[in-house]
Amino acid sequence: MRRIISILMENEPGALSRVVGLFSQRGYNIETLTVAPTEDVTLSRLTLTTFGDDKKIEQITKNLNKLIEVVKLVDLTEGPHIERELLLVKIKATGAQRAEVKRTVDIFRGQIVDVTSSIYTVQLTGTADKLDAFIGAVEAQVMEVVRSGVSGVARGEKVLSI
Amino acid sequence: MEKLSGAEMVVRALQDEGVEFLFGYPGGAVLHIYDAIFQQEKVQHILVRHEQAATHAADGYARSTGKPGVVLVTSGPGATNAVTGIATAYMDSIPMVVLSGQVRSDWIGDDAFQETDMVGICRPIVKHSFAVRDTAEIPEIIKKAFYIATTGRPGPVLIDIPKDKTSPMVKLPYEYPSKVKLRSYSPVSRGHSGQIRKAVEELLKAKRPIIYAGGGVVQGNGSESLVKLVRKLNFPVTNTLMGLGSYPATDRQHIGMLGMHGSYEANMTMHNADLILAVGARFDDRVTNDTKKFAPGATIVHIDVDPAVISKNIRADIPIVGRVEHVLQDMLAAVDEIGSKPDEKALARWWDEIDGWRKVHGMRYETNDNGLLKPQQVVESLYRATAGKAYVTSDVGQHQMFAAQYYKFDAPRQWINSGGLGTMGFGLPSAMGVQLAFPDAMVACVTGEASIQMNIQELSTCLQYHLPIKIININNQSLGMVRQWQDMQYGGRHSQSYMDSLPDFVKLAESYGHVGIKVEKAEDLDAAMDKAFSLKDRLVFVDVLVDPTEHVYPMHIADGAMRDMWLSKTERT
Ligand SMILES: Cc1ncc(C[n+]2csc(CCOP(=O)(O)OP(=O)(O)O)c2C)c(N)n1
Ligand SMILES: [Mg+2]
Repeated sequence: MRRIISILMENEPGALSRVVGLFSQRGYNIETLTVAPTEDVTLSRLTLTTFGDDKKIEQITKNLNKLIEVVKLVDLTEGPHIERELLLVKIKATGAQRAEVKRTVDIFRGQIVDVTSSIYTVQLTGTADKLDAFIGAVEAQVMEVVRSGVSGVARGEKVLSI
Repeated sequence: MEKLSGAEMVVRALQDEGVEFLFGYPGGAVLHIYDAIFQQEKVQHILVRHEQAATHAADGYARSTGKPGVVLVTSGPGATNAVTGIATAYMDSIPMVVLSGQVRSDWIGDDAFQETDMVGICRPIVKHSFAVRDTAEIPEIIKKAFYIATTGRPGPVLIDIPKDKTSPMVKLPYEYPSKVKLRSYSPVSRGHSGQIRKAVEELLKAKRPIIYAGGGVVQGNGSESLVKLVRKLNFPVTNTLMGLGSYPATDRQHIGMLGMHGSYEANMTMHNADLILAVGARFDDRVTNDTKKFAPGATIVHIDVDPAVISKNIRADIPIVGRVEHVLQDMLAAVDEIGSKPDEKALARWWDEIDGWRKVHGMRYETNDNGLLKPQQVVESLYRATAGKAYVTSDVGQHQMFAAQYYKFDAPRQWINSGGLGTMGFGLPSAMGVQLAFPDAMVACVTGEASIQMNIQELSTCLQYHLPIKIININNQSLGMVRQWQDMQYGGRHSQSYMDSLPDFVKLAESYGHVGIKVEKAEDLDAAMDKAFSLKDRLVFVDVLVDPTEHVYPMHIADGAMRDMWLSKTERT
């Protein structure tokens, strides 16, 4: 099962490599990874997605919690949550295709953020599923795909903070 | 406030931590620190002959005293030589602080002379690591390092120090922090009281219980409480390789070590138990055999300070996270509070069954009638000569298993071996750490002719610091444990498991300034052993020739259950 684990950790050199190292050391996989400082610059928020059964995820979260720099973490998939990912994609768009691509972008509520005579650069945010679906829809014309990796927060009152 | 250089801060901080011994080896990147060491006397530096030995010696010191071992090595090769010892300490959860020199900070990343990314290399084998970026942080980093190494589940902590941060030219105010501020690290202490009560209720209901105690009881100072609980409940108790000594092996309720080379009765008792109380143990693969077939009828209560070992290999029915010492005390209190007694009738039946297993196959071996010694006899002779009171360190191989099986350890911290990593070369240097900590104690290193050669150079260190260790070399002229597997699984093809061209160990010991004794016949063994221990202020190397064909039994049959064992070359369960 796919999980979104969100980690609050010390914004210190070496912290990220310890988190990433833990995954390779223990044979867990990381599918996506995003990290940036929070409003408190001493803390970073790292969000990753991974796959595993309950037993594996339990081990992953326990071992992450043991890392000295990890302050707190949450498995967002355990409760209602909002998940977002940013996609930038360059799409070949010439002749009749231009209108077709534009229509698809509109359907997915994306934006064209750069234009040349033969290319649209499209920006799209949403769940990973939605981005997958968009890429599927324009696949034949795709020239380059950049995805930010998933970030997320729990719905409602729940916050991850110290 | 007093002003110190970074190098002086390092040494002063070690003094402020109460460090007695610093095991190390100098080199370019740590010369400022060595100069600061030269100018004081509180911290005694022990100059080893190879950095691996520095880490094992610090480790032996830590295992025998419970205090953290401290190591200082230079950058590059000095640091990489220490890696095996750091990994050894990590696998067995031993508190250790390793200071490694680093090239000057403006050269880091340039492939400078003797530059190695030590923090990177050690990431998977340390509890935590620090890279010093600023001289002013040195006292706080050292304080944190000791705190992290010694609390929670202990482990090695690395501090990488670039040379320029220890320069005598820069002096800064020094104050050793009295407290540690670490918002992201708060090791648990007490276990959950509800879980403890639930566990005790299960214990009192059990008809076929066993207590399975591991290294966490030794390291977590839980022995005293364990003994009280075991006696109060009249349950059988077994130890892991790492847990030996946490419960007196000569006591009636002790049924021996369990696992791959555990006693028949311990493995049978585990397999047939209806309740297993695991204390400071981690259901290691050398213990459980195939986890799918493990103790099919048992409720599992698991106590450990590290939540990540609970339900990792075997699902716990009642997990309790906390310090072993505290949880056991709370359990004792809960037994009194609940007021009911364990099921006496059921326990009597259970003990009958266990005593039956004891009779079927207690520890035993056949002796040779041609005078050629069996390795087990050597350990028995050592036990007799030391009246069971020695600290025994070991290397890795058959001799290690024989020592674990035949030396009856009655006290915690008496048995010192590399269980998790299985590091050949551990025995002699770890014995140095023990002997330094306890100068008047009997310290024996049970080793093999292969293992001892992995850190034989330390005979020189032993002479320099007058360490009267007794090295008991169980010499089977082969990589015995490898050979045993080849006998059992590779049709007896002894690929590279034969130790040819052995040195004359007696002459070797003598050339290092020690005493050497060679034993070739069974009738000479006891006298040689007694002579070795009568030479109280000398290191004695006792080289005992033994039967190379001997195997360690019992031995788990691979992919079977706990109860599936070879009992000799021909008998199996
Ligand atoms: C550093 C290291 N290399 C290899 C091994 C694999 N190994 C385990 S036991 C053993 C043989 C040890 O021989 P010896 O020290 O003579 O002990 P014996 O088994 O003969 O008693 C070997 C090679 C190891 N444990 N550690
Ligand atoms: Mg040997």
